[in-house]
Amino acid sequence: MAALTADQIQSIEERFPQVFQRPFHKRFGPLMLLGGIFLYLLYALWFFNLPQVMRESHWERLPLFLTQWISYDVQPIFRLDETRITAKYPRFSVLGPNPDPDWVKTNADGSVTVLIDGAAKSVTFSKTQATITANGETVAVVLGTGKPLISGPVPGWITAHEDEVVADMGFAGEARVAVDRVRIRKRFLGWANFVFDTRSPFFGKSASEVASLIVSGPELKPGTSNLALAGDNIWNNAQWQHGDVWTKLLQTIVMAFLGTMLGGIVAFPLAFFAARNITPSRLVNQVLKRFFDFMRSIDMLIWALFFTRAFGPGPLAGSAAIFFTEIGTLGKTYSEALENIDDKPREGITSTGANGLLVQRYGVLPEVVPVFISQTLYQWESNTRGATIIGAVGAGGIGLKLWEAMRTNSNWANVFYMVLLILAVVFIFDNISNFLRRRLSQTIHDYNRIQTEQG
Amino acid sequence: MTLSVTAPSGATHQMADAWRRKTSLRRLYTAIGVGLLIIALGSTMWFADEANAGHFFDRLPHLLDFLSWLVPKDWNDVWRAMFDIASPHDTGTQEFNFPLGRSYVWGSFYIPEYFELMLTTLNVALVSTFIGFVFAVPFSFIAARNLTPHPVLRQIVKRLMELLRAFPEIVIAGLFAAIVSIGPIAAIIAIGLHSIGALGKLFYEINENIDMRAEEGLRAVGANWFERVRFASLPQVLPNFMSYTLLRVEINVRISTIMGAVGGGGIGEELKLSISRGFGAKTIALVLLLFTTIFIVDQFSAWLRRKLVGEQAFVVGA
Repeated sequence: MAALTADQIQSIEERFPQVFQRPFHKRFGPLMLLGGIFLYLLYALWFFNLPQVMRESHWERLPLFLTQWISYDVQPIFRLDETRITAKYPRFSVLGPNPDPDWVKTNADGSVTVLIDGAAKSVTFSKTQATITANGETVAVVLGTGKPLISGPVPGWITAHEDEVVADMGFAGEARVAVDRVRIRKRFLGWANFVFDTRSPFFGKSASEVASLIVSGPELKPGTSNLALAGDNIWNNAQWQHGDVWTKLLQTIVMAFLGTMLGGIVAFPLAFFAARNITPSRLVNQVLKRFFDFMRSIDMLIWALFFTRAFGPGPLAGSAAIFFTEIGTLGKTYSEALENIDDKPREGITSTGANGLLVQRYGVLPEVVPVFISQTLYQWESNTRGATIIGAVGAGGIGLKLWEAMRTNSNWANVFYMVLLILAVVFIFDNISNFLRRRLSQTIHDYNRIQTEQG
Repeated sequence: MTLSVTAPSGATHQMADAWRRKTSLRRLYTAIGVGLLIIALGSTMWFADEANAGHFFDRLPHLLDFLSWLVPKDWNDVWRAMFDIASPHDTGTQEFNFPLGRSYVWGSFYIPEYFELMLTTLNVALVSTFIGFVFAVPFSFIAARNLTPHPVLRQIVKRLMELLRAFPEIVIAGLFAAIVSIGPIAAIIAIGLHSIGALGKLFYEINENIDMRAEEGLRAVGANWFERVRFASLPQVLPNFMSYTLLRVEINVRISTIMGAVGGGGIGEELKLSISRGFGAKTIALVLLLFTTIFIVDQFSAWLRRKLVGEQAFVVGA
């Protein structure tokens, strides 16, 4: 390819000055914007004191918490200073009263073997000695001398403290050996006692046993059928609180529905007065539009806090908060949709001598109703998410329950359960609202097509 | 000219009947729909009222009683609370300890407490929107049907964004509060992650509607994926991207206020405290400040969006 000569280059430059001689702000605008953003980020770094926060943060907790979302552990203690070595479980252990798990074995010589992950990761101990097996290695700990002493080399997965030897077995758990006791933490994948809690008569029974009890078993609690008892036990499961969680979830859904619907109903007539092409009074338009801005700008949080104080905590407060915010949001969007309508149908209806209300009904409504419904659905969908958050300040619903479960930092499985429920609700509602809106946009599309075809 | 009137033929009768049947059926459907909606509204109202601590009709007469605490004894206290000036009504309680919140920056020049908190909330919103934007832009090009480098990658990114969008923010905030300590950083991470999903979805929908001719031109001269995205797609979509990002800033200011109320730092926390303890002057000062800020942010962003993309910027949503 032949190179361009200087003349050619110059002629191109002369022909397209808008490309080669752009004004200063256009040439350096983007660069200055990037510089500005960079400076702002530096400032934010300093403002939030990020380096120090990062230094003081505990990232090692993250995998621990995440494993707790989908697993649970059992922590028995074995006292070595008693005549017989027996396992003691915490009072509210997930194994129920008097557990006898098959992973704890008492040997013939009185020593105990705990299989933390089969025989490959296990601990066997008597009053004088403990043998820890994991990662293909076996470590013997002598306990008789007042301090736990490890004979032989110490592998990396064992930490020897002054009075305790800690064996880390990864996800499966850990063993802590001291002279007077052995503490075991064994981790199981899954959710413990999700269906029946330890107080239930159905606890510990397999699905087929429960089914046969329900169908043909003798009444476990006199006067109540087994089916009703099972349902009651599931609903009132003390550990998972299914009944409470589902009720609160329903409250959240109701809050979003009620708030959005009532907001729509109130905003609907107001929008006609706020639209400048429908109500000719500038004063009324402006007053209503500022009112909508006002309702929107007083945040949903402020409304939620006020109504929580007024009505007490609960879904009524949350519904009222969403309702008040939605009057603003929907009023604004409705009036904007009204201002964008085609005036011709309205003129046609007016020319037949119809009165004001009939003009709105037959000249305006058919055009805007699909848009109104579509926007209301959109708000409903986003309020379903919003209702979860304002619930956390006391406005009812699952938000508060979620927040309380997280505060303890030990109930992550319950948190995950609720998160899954919320995700399912959001997913279902998203799809319903998407489906309806697609149908509606088809209607709007058809309408526009007919309009253009007919000129 | 004579007007000829012909008697309606059988066919016309049939058409009229069909039309009447159709409209009456439609009216019936509308009536059923409205009826169902009314039943749903009534039953949900009853449900919400039953589950609430205080009931609607019991509490309604007291609605104004409750508002009475909001009226300060001295309206000047509102300004004193806002600018941290000592109040003559100070009795040593938390209600009037205005000057305590001052944070001195230079000699006797100080930033009032509430302004500093408002700044924190604003900064949380801005930084998290920035995080959302930075990740959403590349994700949106991968997730767009017409621009994606690989269909499998597209599905992964789309599902990831869906998850980020639907995941409740307070859970992310709560999780990170346990890791980086309670405060604005946890809120930034939570809102930022959510913004990635929310912006990414809007962005890829824009990307799917672009004019592909510029892209084809670049493909014809052998440009790679990055070059095509950078020089063919990005110039077309950037104004719309910016517009939606500004809309996101508005939403994020609101969310970061709420996050503050559940421990994310900033003005939300103070507002929650002030309302729950019934501090009239402080509450009014905080609400005024928050209201003004949100109003200014909304108006400024609306103005900027109008400059960027014209009137179509007023599609509310996101």
